[in-house]
Amino acid sequence: MSAVLSRRDFLHATSAAAGGLMVGFHVPGLAQGTTTPELNAWVQILPDESVVIRIARSEMGQGTLTGLAQLVAEELECDWAKVKTEYPTPGQNLARNRAWGSMSTGGSRGIRDSHDYVRKGGALARALLIQAAANQWGASVVECTTAAGWVLHAGKKLSYGQLAAEAAKLAAPADIQLKPAKDWKLAGRPMKRLDTKPKLDGSLVYGMDLQLPGMLNAAIKDCPVFGGKLKSFDATEIEKRPGVKKVVRVSDSAVAVVADTWWRAKTALDALPVVWDEGPNVAQNSADTAAILKDGLDADGAAVGSSSGDAKAALAAAARKVEAVYSYPHQNHACMEVMNATARWTPERCEVWTPTQNGEAALAAAAESSGLPPSACEVYKLHLGGGFGRRGAVHDWVRQAVAIAKELPGTPVKLIWTREEDMLHGRFHPVTQCKLTAGLDAAGKLTGLHMRISGQSIIAGIFPQNIKDGKDPAVFQGLSAGGAEGALGYAVPNLLVDHAMRNPTVPPGFWRGVNLNQNAVYLECFIDEVAAAAKRDPLELRRELLANSPKHLAVLNAAAAKAGWGKPRPKGRYLGLAQIMGFGSYVAACAEVSVSKKGELKIHRIVAATDPGHAVNPQQIAAQVEGSFVYGLSAALFGEITIKDGRVEQQNFNTYPVMKMEHMPAVETIVMPSGGFWGGVGEPTIAVAAPAVLNAIFAATGKRIRDLPLSKHSLV
Amino acid sequence: MAELTVNGKRVQFEAEADTPLLWVLREQLSLTGTKYGCGVAQCGACTVHIDGAPVRSCVMPASALTAAQKITTIEGLAPNASHPLQKAWDALDVPQCGFCQSGMLMAAAALLKAKPKPTDADIDAAMTNICRCGTYNRVRAAIHLAAGQVQRKQIPIVIEGGQA
Repeated sequence: MSAVLSRRDFLHATSAAAGGLMVGFHVPGLAQGTTTPELNAWVQILPDESVVIRIARSEMGQGTLTGLAQLVAEELECDWAKVKTEYPTPGQNLARNRAWGSMSTGGSRGIRDSHDYVRKGGALARALLIQAAANQWGASVVECTTAAGWVLHAGKKLSYGQLAAEAAKLAAPADIQLKPAKDWKLAGRPMKRLDTKPKLDGSLVYGMDLQLPGMLNAAIKDCPVFGGKLKSFDATEIEKRPGVKKVVRVSDSAVAVVADTWWRAKTALDALPVVWDEGPNVAQNSADTAAILKDGLDADGAAVGSSSGDAKAALAAAARKVEAVYSYPHQNHACMEVMNATARWTPERCEVWTPTQNGEAALAAAAESSGLPPSACEVYKLHLGGGFGRRGAVHDWVRQAVAIAKELPGTPVKLIWTREEDMLHGRFHPVTQCKLTAGLDAAGKLTGLHMRISGQSIIAGIFPQNIKDGKDPAVFQGLSAGGAEGALGYAVPNLLVDHAMRNPTVPPGFWRGVNLNQNAVYLECFIDEVAAAAKRDPLELRRELLANSPKHLAVLNAAAAKAGWGKPRPKGRYLGLAQIMGFGSYVAACAEVSVSKKGELKIHRIVAATDPGHAVNPQQIAAQVEGSFVYGLSAALFGEITIKDGRVEQQNFNTYPVMKMEHMPAVETIVMPSGGFWGGVGEPTIAVAAPAVLNAIFAATGKRIRDLPLSKHSLV
Repeated sequence: MAELTVNGKRVQFEAEADTPLLWVLREQLSLTGTKYGCGVAQCGACTVHIDGAPVRSCVMPASALTAAQKITTIEGLAPNASHPLQKAWDALDVPQCGFCQSGMLMAAAALLKAKPKPTDADIDAAMTNICRCGTYNRVRAAIHLAAGQVQRKQIPIVIEGGQA
């Protein structure tokens, strides 16, 4: 398939090539050619019996597209083999009063926040099809049944395709009963992904691959120092280079070269003389940030996240105290596909094609940058080469692409960042430190715990209006006193968790797993330290503290049992445990490692258990668990963004190494849905990856690694 | 006008001498299945075959190649995605976001050509491509599957309990 496509061909070609995944410029309800009207916002059935299920959340590899389609199809009782999916556009969602609800795809919310209304979409569509059949037969709807795309009654049957046009004219029932999970036939099963085939032959069009007729390409450099500005550039020689069309100032801090090809734009930009005004942050470095955070560990004035009893009094009265300070560095998302967007601007309309985790936020960014109202803008979501939180809350690259396109009215311009630009201008995992103090009585029993977190707030950086009384509640992820999102399972008689906010100039972002990542390292490594101080088995101590938290306990026990905790093991192999609740799910991991005499770490195997309440597709949950270890352990083993002279030091994968095949342990996944709630699965397991391995390293070597990444430390 | 042989066809194009093969493929020839990931031969997303050997096309100047050399991209790996690796990838649902998978498949195809029955150590040595979603274990399993070395079911998943 050629990547140069007209607008109309694009729809046709991608839907054909994608074998079911239609990601194009199809506008719901306004399809070209003859078709059947939709049954509702979620379901359209075509005369050829194809079932088009609309997906509002973005697919970035996490499998939500398949899972959501399963939920709709479960209630619709259609033929799964005939299911196709498509994205409604953010502009259509705006025009239809948000018929598809939120398009935001983050926080492991894709399924858990929309299962109810997407299932209703399927169920209501089915009710209309039944009504249409019953009308035709003069039968009662209660006498009709459905199966695999047919309505059945007394030996007669009509297909959904035959009924769709009539069904679309009927009024939907006001409400409808959804199936209990125990009756699911399609949901809950390990169905294969719907979007695999075009990923195997290069035919899937990612944002970076889009080509439009007459399109130009742009490369960009933003001031490398955070808060700095573009002072001047000299385009005289650059604009004479072959293919170069224009050199443009973008906002007050960046410069872009537009050329016929991206390679020409990029090489011209490399040759462009640029003078930066590096601004007030040019003297900053990571050591300064660490000192500021260290100060916060003992400072007065901290926002309280969880408090029960009197932790300070309990610590003062303790027979013994255990104390440790941990830290977690900045991380870059490092999506395999760098940031990119294609924009076309005219004085009347602005269109953007981009991989985004939140089409509506991309539309808002396009509107702001274009100077046009949102109703005069449109965003076409293209497939994401990874998201991990980078492509959700902040659409800096969309603003840039629109600003560039505005300089060339009517011409589509595709902006692609270099990997170096992507590394320097991320929205980074926040940097924090944590001081933990535990009190033990004479018998070694835990009597009090104080966790003082010091450091960066994502919310203060991105949504400062949501900070109330200096408190960012998201900082305490996984450490809440209760609730459905991330309750601390441990019963600690006197507990204080508080946060001294310290924000460096490095812009923070939601990085897959978010604050659960470091909180699980702090909590779960320290619980191991308490166990060691009290001479208790780490599993036994956790079981005791989780006695009143049965779901936390169940995943912990499952992972420990399957990993063979307490059983004989090959010589030199050691186990480490971690558990946490986050994103509405309960997770635990047990890692098996060895450390050679030379200090070389080998992670042999990790057993992971997840209770997400309802498991819509265990196969995709397992894939998310496997991937969580890559993301979590890449950070734990290698990942660190450092600042020198106000700018990021790491430039590419040679200075920001990540996990590769050779580092990858075997992963065994236990999916144990206990029912009754809906938890997320894309993120929680990341949080237990690092502490399980760190605790296993302690078991193997007696060394406590309290600041990451591991590559900074010798294990000899 | 330069000339190369890509996926069995002679193609002509114009580009500066320093233009990497990757960008000639993507921009001049519209073969966008080969991906840009890093530009410095670190991630392998741009892997293609030159005379059967895996090459990171982001650092290979197109001007260093001749039309006598056979360049194969993901689009030309096998007709209708019929390569045993593509079938194994499909059977095990290997891709997540999929962006690195063209390069993974090309690296794996070159490996199987050189070593039809690779060991885990062979796979570790040959498959140095970066995947951020975390498909490594499925990539490994799919290579073994395509090599005919293991049973189909090999991603260990246990499902416990109901969902009442």
